[in-house]
Amino acid sequence: MTAGRGQDDIVRFDNVGLRYGTGGEVLSNVSFSLYPGRFYFLTGASGAGKTSLLKLLYLAQRPSRGGIRMFGRDTITQPRETLPGFRRRIGVVFQDFRLIPHLSAYDNIALPLRVSGVRESDVGKPVNDMLDWVGLAHRADARPATLSGGEQQRVAIARAVIARPELLVADEPTGNVDPDMALKLIRLFEALTRLGTTVVVATHDVHLLRKVPDSLMMRLDKGKLADPTGALRYPPRKAEGE
Amino acid sequence: MSRPPVLARAIERGMAPFRGARAHQMLPRTRLGGPMPWVIAIMVALSVVAAGGALAMQNVTQTARDQLAGGATVQIVEADAQVRAVQAKRALELLERDALVVRAVLVPEDELVQLVEPWLGAGAGSQAIPLPALIDVQLRGSVDEEALTALRDQLAEVAPAARIDAQSDWLIPVFDAIDALRYLAFGLIALLAATSAAAVWLAARNALNANRETIEVMHLLGGTDRQVVRIFGRSVLIDAGLGAVAGLMMGTVALLVLGSRFALLDTGFTRMGGLAGPDWLLLALVPLIGVATALLTARITVLASLRNML
Repeated sequence: MTAGRGQDDIVRFDNVGLRYGTGGEVLSNVSFSLYPGRFYFLTGASGAGKTSLLKLLYLAQRPSRGGIRMFGRDTITQPRETLPGFRRRIGVVFQDFRLIPHLSAYDNIALPLRVSGVRESDVGKPVNDMLDWVGLAHRADARPATLSGGEQQRVAIARAVIARPELLVADEPTGNVDPDMALKLIRLFEALTRLGTTVVVATHDVHLLRKVPDSLMMRLDKGKLADPTGALRYPPRKAEGE
Repeated sequence: MSRPPVLARAIERGMAPFRGARAHQMLPRTRLGGPMPWVIAIMVALSVVAAGGALAMQNVTQTARDQLAGGATVQIVEADAQVRAVQAKRALELLERDALVVRAVLVPEDELVQLVEPWLGAGAGSQAIPLPALIDVQLRGSVDEEALTALRDQLAEVAPAARIDAQSDWLIPVFDAIDALRYLAFGLIALLAATSAAAVWLAARNALNANRETIEVMHLLGGTDRQVVRIFGRSVLIDAGLGAVAGLMMGTVALLVLGSRFALLDTGFTRMGGLAGPDWLLLALVPLIGVATALLTARITVLASLRNML
């Protein structure tokens, strides 16, 4: 299969459909592949199915039909016990942040490391560095309820990237931060792609798309993925060293 | 712009399990706490009292059985004092010769009179109220029906008025009643264990519902069911452990007070019913079993609920 950098895809959706209960399909015949180190924007009007697609990507939902392969394995047929192994390779920035309310900013950011089994002695340095980088070192002990929306979003992003995931899924990650911080976060995501992380950012902000010229756009329209050029399934090969 | 720290160095993923205080803080302390330690404490206290009672009753019956094992009583039920005396003498001679008999003693008449005097009054032992002659017999080994029948047949030839009974037979209804009380106590303990398990089940389900958001986030960050179960297990261990220790103390105090009250009665049965060292060790197992039941129940409840999540 053709790949962006001569590598296999890390995510592949084949004719995926999703419906909740007995309702109609919120996603219909969605097929695409994501490649290592690429930056994808997911756009679409409200109700187009962006959040549903992201849920499938971070394994919060199983599709009603179709096939999903992640990291070279079929996630549909995987037993439930193996899903944590997949999830530890995925970082998620939830639209509503989903910080643990009774944990401090520090402990929220440390959570992916602790869940993954990182020794406690190895947790402190990266968490403090991350807090420092997102400008919240002075708020390390603060509970989410005492943080502003923008601060909570920065904690959520720090939590999503601290374990250096292979796939980063972010739902409106710049919605509550100022333009400077938004640009800083986008640059962080870009830097992650250079280390091989695949980044998928759902956003309404068309200005963001221009900030990452090398990105690919996925557009959802009423549950269907628009891919007129086939770039999502068969992205153009990039030059070596690019 | 500074280089983001997360890119500066990859974090080596280790195999350290997510446990201890860091894991414990995933659940707010008050969520699982609440009334559960008190419920466990009451259940353990009641179980300790019930188990202590059952063990004391078992000691009573066991001691009585040991004391009466091999004992038999021969009565010569004959109104004519002369005939009674002759038959008693012959029966005693026969018993003393028998290989099955270790010891045979004719109970003196004045002792018999003393025994029945509380019931029959001063007239006991008079000609108007003839008392049977009694021979206290100790058999080799325990008394079984076969040995009694053999003795009964031999006695019938030399003393037709003789009747022989195992001494333990007199206490069979008492033993049966005590056994019934013991089974009742064990049934009570089983019910208390089931009630404790139900209380833990409810507490675990409430805690799961109250912390559903936290658990979902943990799952989405790669947390396993085992990690979630361990977090709940630690909370249950602390709550149930505190309750069990308190319950053991309350139950022990209740047993000691009851024991001291019964000791004041100073009767043969109450003297036989004390608790020995091994009994106290068994009672110490009650809170441990209570905590183990709570942990197992919480584990099953949490795992069953988690299986409904993706």
